[in-house]
Amino acid sequence: MSTQDLARDIRIRALEMVTVAKASHIGGALSIADVVAVLYGSVLRHKPEQPEWSNRDRLILSKGHSCTSLYAALALCGYFPVPELATYASNGSRLMSHISHKVPGVEFSTGSLGHGLPFGAGKALAAKRRGLAWRTYVIVSDGELDEGSNWEAILFAGHHKLDNLTLIVDYNKIQSLGSVNEVIDLGDLVQKFSAFRWDPIRINGHDHDALSNAFLSQGKKGMPTVLVADTVKGKGVSFMENLLIWHYRNPDANQLAAAVSELTSNDARRT
Amino acid sequence: MRTAFINELFEAALRNERIFLIVGDLGFSVVEPFAREFPARFVNVGVAEQNMTGVAAGLASEGFHVFTYSIANFPTFRCAEQIRNDIAYHNLPVTVVSVGGGLAYGSLGYSHHAVQDIALLRTFPNMTIACPGDPVEARACVRYFVQNPRPSYLRLGKAGEPKVHASEVAVAPGKILRQGEDWNRPIKSHAVLSTAATLSLAQHAVKSGGFEADWDVCSLPVWNSDSGPSIREFIAKYQSILVIEDHLRAGGFGSFVQECLDPAPDLLARVRCLALDPKVCGHVASQDVLNQMGGLSLEGVIRLVASLDKIRSL
Repeated sequence: MSTQDLARDIRIRALEMVTVAKASHIGGALSIADVVAVLYGSVLRHKPEQPEWSNRDRLILSKGHSCTSLYAALALCGYFPVPELATYASNGSRLMSHISHKVPGVEFSTGSLGHGLPFGAGKALAAKRRGLAWRTYVIVSDGELDEGSNWEAILFAGHHKLDNLTLIVDYNKIQSLGSVNEVIDLGDLVQKFSAFRWDPIRINGHDHDALSNAFLSQGKKGMPTVLVADTVKGKGVSFMENLLIWHYRNPDANQLAAAVSELTSNDARRT
Repeated sequence: MRTAFINELFEAALRNERIFLIVGDLGFSVVEPFAREFPARFVNVGVAEQNMTGVAAGLASEGFHVFTYSIANFPTFRCAEQIRNDIAYHNLPVTVVSVGGGLAYGSLGYSHHAVQDIALLRTFPNMTIACPGDPVEARACVRYFVQNPRPSYLRLGKAGEPKVHASEVAVAPGKILRQGEDWNRPIKSHAVLSTAATLSLAQHAVKSGGFEADWDVCSLPVWNSDSGPSIREFIAKYQSILVIEDHLRAGGFGSFVQECLDPAPDLLARVRCLALDPKVCGHVASQDVLNQMGGLSLEGVIRLVASLDKIRSL
């Protein structure tokens, strides 16, 4: 399966999950679908049949509310049966609506923002201290960068030269109560990360070739890598794109059908 | 206690390559030998307790048994959610170590008074609490956690605490130690039960008040939510128990003991608790003076023991 096909299927499954569960957060799940598809489809060293394989690359989803994309990717890769996705957020399901480590393939539970990067930095430090080759990837949201714990970890990772750590900022420019610029302006993120001794790459977060090349280049020696990924909240579903309301609202059956129709007809190749 | 802690950890780290020490830019003249001997298993994260705790969880998820080290409320309250979510919920082997439990940093003010820490930490599922009463118990707590890595909190005093135990002890969650005696000898009528640094105060009060014939001095250095049965079994042996701690009453050890007795109201009636009065909050003085202000004076403990002794003797 191409990463484009994987991204399309991730989006469709994520939409189905939030529709059935009447759950929030589809906008941010759609904005990371391409990043997740490229990582699982062509970048990460992993074995779905052996989730705890010691040499696997580690991926931490710090914006845990976007879990539907990751659950979908894991199921589509074979970590657990795809039909289980239908249990999302239902009574007794292990698919809680913030990412859960009780699901095969999930490294770390999040939900409260600002936890994933310090945890990922700890993993990267462990690999460094033991001379192990696997990498750690952490996905954060843009609004999440308001949390001070991230900047503690950004300072730490730069100081300790964790060049086995890659951070992806899902820069869709919308957070819970408005645009990122209006709430807390992040300013020039590339400049900020450079000042913290990271190797920043500004990138179109929906361009699979660009993402793949950036991931595989692995950045500069002695510096952690950050992909400041320009994304679109609700990407792939035209009536959801760039609208804050899809941080909260769930689609109804008709909207789901329209979204799936659009995704399958466009084949999600509008990068 | 901090010297006992670091010496025991150092010795353990010589044998156990999983042990990792993270400090939050504190531990001057304490942690340096560890850092020199084990540079690959030591990191100073700087003044950043949230990151310290998250990094600890990440290291622990890759097989290390991590000890985070700072003072007073910094490694607990400042990063409470990282302890709750990253360590306890994921059931990772991280031992959070705080130096200066209770009012050990008396003159440094309210920011440095760790008198609500037990209340915070004990509510997290999977957490085990360790409050050693003297350097001997501190060493035993480190040995226990090294052998049983788990989410845990080690509340230390500072330095210069008197040695209460004459010889080495072994600790485990819910295991109550009896000062000067083992449990094979006949027990007395009453007991003081201490956790943390009030152990020497309890011992001193019983001795100087002339209550040794009828009162045992006991301590519970390590405990968790599974300790209820052993606490009930202990209390059932005595006519009355005085629980003592250098922590506020709200949510503290005495409160924990009383919660353990909820299914046994007959036992609950035997228990009195002596904890710090919140009026100490905000005052600046030495540890001794603050403890006295909060109700933990030698005379106060003797008076309370005497009143319990009298009631039970009627």
